Amino acid sequence: MPKRLLVVGSGTAGLMVANLVARALESQIQHHEVEVTVLGERDDYIYQPGFLYVAFDLMDPRSLVRPVRDLLHPRVRFVHDRAERVDAASNTVVTQGGVNLPYDYLVLAIGSRIRPEDVPGLAQEAHWFYTLEGAEKLREALKGLQGGRVAISVGIPHKCPVAPVEFTLMLDAWARTRGLRDALEITYTYPVARAHTIPAVAAFAEAEFERRAIKVETFFNMESVDTEAHVLHSQEGTDVAFDLLVTVPPHGGDALGGASGLAGAGNWYPTDRQLLQVQGHENIFAVGDTTDLPVSKAGSVAHFESEVVADNLVGLLSEGRRPGHTYAGRAFCFIETSLEEATYISFDFQHPPVVPTPSRSIHFFKQTYNQIHWANLKAVI
Amino acid sequence: MSEFLRGVGRMVTADRVIDARGSFCPGPLMEMIRAIKTAEVGQVVEVLTSDSGSRTDIPKWAEKAGQELVEVVSRDGGDAILVRKVK
Repeated sequence: MPKRLLVVGSGTAGLMVANLVARALESQIQHHEVEVTVLGERDDYIYQPGFLYVAFDLMDPRSLVRPVRDLLHPRVRFVHDRAERVDAASNTVVTQGGVNLPYDYLVLAIGSRIRPEDVPGLAQEAHWFYTLEGAEKLREALKGLQGGRVAISVGIPHKCPVAPVEFTLMLDAWARTRGLRDALEITYTYPVARAHTIPAVAAFAEAEFERRAIKVETFFNMESVDTEAHVLHSQEGTDVAFDLLVTVPPHGGDALGGASGLAGAGNWYPTDRQLLQVQGHENIFAVGDTTDLPVSKAGSVAHFESEVVADNLVGLLSEGRRPGHTYAGRAFCFIETSLEEATYISFDFQHPPVVPTPSRSIHFFKQTYNQIHWANLKAVI
Repeated sequence: MSEFLRGVGRMVTADRVIDARGSFCPGPLMEMIRAIKTAEVGQVVEVLTSDSGSRTDIPKWAEKAGQELVEVVSRDGGDAILVRKVK
């Protein structure tokens, strides 16, 4: 009887874990000692960091999408269906299509979803670059922009915490290249007392915003949008009027969690911060956005967590070795600061991030990474 | 659940505890805001933090957001900050 690994989710974390394990255990899979299955609601993979570029018409949306099957190791089985619930007592995942998938080890990599509907009026009035459709719609709105007030707002929690800073700085640069900047009033709002949750990023962003005449409203948590007056209200009692509202919507976990009784508040999975096991279940791991860990919901975090979980799964599946590899809170995020320059932050639980001076070379590296990512997903590099 | 003595003989129980030690992003304050959002009115959220800035950041946010700062205590090599959702 082969040892069965079931990975739920066909996004960054799911593909990386499955491919890393399959690559390490090719021989065992070939000899039917190990089975690796990915259960995915989507049969195409979308490179989400590309949405930022789509919004500014700098990237072709078609270049961001590839079939999941093409990205998976040939020895990984792919089941295109939605997980309906996890029955942890019988080590089985039940799919929407009515299929029971038994497992010895389960990886939950079911990501997060935007929830603009949590803020009244937001879904009707705002644009966002957190879905492909949203980025394309925003691109069209920007193409038609002649001037006026642009407001940026940020929900909690959200994926890719540096994205609102990136979008705002890129918008400024984009407007300058189009000779539009003087006709725009850009207001950046943020939920806490500074321009970003990370003090070093906040200091950098605040200096840049001041230099580029971008207005900043802090302590601004979205309450509602007046869709007739085009005014965004905050819970703190402040208002921002806009002609174009670009939001980073609040995010939530997948409802699958609620149905399975494993997830906590917000449908995030209570996860051990070192071994990434779902609390109370030694054979279930959570990777990427779906955890309740106090780390960024970001592709790099999914990547670094996937390496840890894959290493532990390889030991478990091949030798029954207890997990020993641990996640140390590692994250790496590029920050585009214009259309031509970028910086980055790199940190873990022990080392706070610093913000290097932006440069063209870092921007070039980010552009290169946008291509390298596909090899990363396949666990080739 | 986390319990400790507050004041003289008074016990405050957190309904939810978040270990945000070592969290630089999203950071302890964002974790607090996220947890308060999903908490029920009357519940207490406790955030454990190793970031000294949280001692001022979180109380400042609680005041601004109209939530009740219950306590700030040193514990486990960091701070435990408790906020009750009141609205």
